[in-house]
Amino acid sequence: MARDDSIQDLVNRLELPFNALGVDPYGISKKHLVTFFKVLGWMYRTYFRVHAQGIENVPAHGRAMLVGNHSGGYALDGALVIASMMLEMNPPRLAQGMVERFINMLPVGSLWSSRTGQFTGLPEHAERLLFDDRLLMVFPEGAKGTSKLYKDRYSLVDFGSGFVRLALKTKTPIVPLGFVGTGDAVPTVYNSSFVGKLLGVPYVPFTPYGLAAPLPVPCEVHYGAPMIFEGNGDEEDSIIVGYVDQVKARIAELIADGRAARRTRLGGGTS
Amino acid sequence: MKVLLAGISGSLARQVALAIRDAGHEVIGIDRRPWRDAPKGITVHAVDIRKRAAEDVFRKARPECVVHMATINALTAGGEERARINVGGTRALFEHAKNHGVKHFVFVGRHTYYGAGPDSALYHTEDEPPQGMGIYPELADLIAADLFAANALWREPKLVTSILRLVYTLGPSQQGTLASFLRGKRVPMVLGYDPLFQFLEESDAARAVALAVDQRPRGIFNVAGPHPVPLGSIIGYTGRVAMPLPEMVIRQLLGRFGFPNLPRGALEHIKYPIVVDGKAFRQATGFVHKVDEVETLRNYRLLSGA
Repeated sequence: MARDDSIQDLVNRLELPFNALGVDPYGISKKHLVTFFKVLGWMYRTYFRVHAQGIENVPAHGRAMLVGNHSGGYALDGALVIASMMLEMNPPRLAQGMVERFINMLPVGSLWSSRTGQFTGLPEHAERLLFDDRLLMVFPEGAKGTSKLYKDRYSLVDFGSGFVRLALKTKTPIVPLGFVGTGDAVPTVYNSSFVGKLLGVPYVPFTPYGLAAPLPVPCEVHYGAPMIFEGNGDEEDSIIVGYVDQVKARIAELIADGRAARRTRLGGGTS
Repeated sequence: MKVLLAGISGSLARQVALAIRDAGHEVIGIDRRPWRDAPKGITVHAVDIRKRAAEDVFRKARPECVVHMATINALTAGGEERARINVGGTRALFEHAKNHGVKHFVFVGRHTYYGAGPDSALYHTEDEPPQGMGIYPELADLIAADLFAANALWREPKLVTSILRLVYTLGPSQQGTLASFLRGKRVPMVLGYDPLFQFLEESDAARAVALAVDQRPRGIFNVAGPHPVPLGSIIGYTGRVAMPLPEMVIRQLLGRFGFPNLPRGALEHIKYPIVVDGKAFRQATGFVHKVDEVETLRNYRLLSGA
């Protein structure tokens, strides 16, 4: 369960090189983190009642790459993984996601993603953060993952392979995670790229009740043991794809574990 | 060693001249603008770098090192004249350096070379090409001057060339791009954006250029100091008031009601950061900034009476 420290205490305990202004070299701001995690903490603890298992598999210090699945209209699962790293780990860690480029083009989205360390998904960002011993969060399904329909919420679409090359190049352990629940929280039945274009985003998800406001559905996140592969990132595609498939298979197992745990939690109902 | 400083009357160049002189060198300056009370040990020739008289200074003084700070960086400056000075002037100085036995050329450029945009990475390294010219074509002359200077690395193999891409500066002169932006009590920001700005205190920037003169590093180097700081914090800590306005409104206000007459592409520079990695320069010269970001902002607040 999430620890009871105040959000301010947790932010103060982050092992990041903040300056006297409370800003780290990437522009991550303590002030913004506190506001961000107050909202996210409430969502994590109260609204979605997230249960995390295997948190001990995430290294307490040093570089690591959280790699997981998406579901549920938009990257709600990503936000809840970030919350889990902050609220459940001791010492807390800031998971830094690689966000879609359009976020940085939107007013407010640009500001908040920058101040909370959620940077545009550029290889330069990912590599630099890992060499700086940060905790990177990657969803290799990308926007195809968040655009899954309700019926496909537990499936995995194609994974990109860049994350494995990066992990090999930077000698970073991959911590697989399976996230269950956001596909139920935002039961997408249709994605409109037309409305998306009007709003400057790739698509807008619609649910049976109209807009994609999330329902208060209990969620489950399971972290697996770190996976470490041999190599330097220059390997042939066939080798890299083999590693990607291993990660994907492990995530599928963790999703199955998460579904079973959630079923038990809900008293044997469907999950 | 004799060091010729082109553009010596600029506010930062004057401090560079003093730093080079204090390091034990003889400084000869050229500039169209006068430096009337130039201190002892610094000779100033009031000539245009593109005119014959400038070459005469090279011929007579026979400098061993040239520091080129005669580019126009102001975002408000524009037009063909700026391009002629920045590109034509750079070419003329390289020609004179080649013809009159100069051994080391220091080109002082700006980190704005990299451009700002939503796709732009934090911490640019020296091997990256410039970006954002499509949005902000007015920067093309500065980028062309930088690239022209950089290709001297292979064009003039006998000349040691140091290309410095300096971050913004802030200090007693209250001059420069960032200082100009902070001139008023109320400083406009684009609503919903708060980019990181990277700056050096002027004395540190001057010392960095003087170090390059002494150490003669060959290649292209970003010159940076303390952590970058969000623009909103810079505005607050220098005693100004941030005035966040929607981008559409700012676009209409440019050049009106006291707002600077900036090219529209300049707005990208107050929406997105340009942050550079200064590691290569630190390794090549041992440069370490002495004034941190908080002290620089605090000093600037006192200096500018805010």
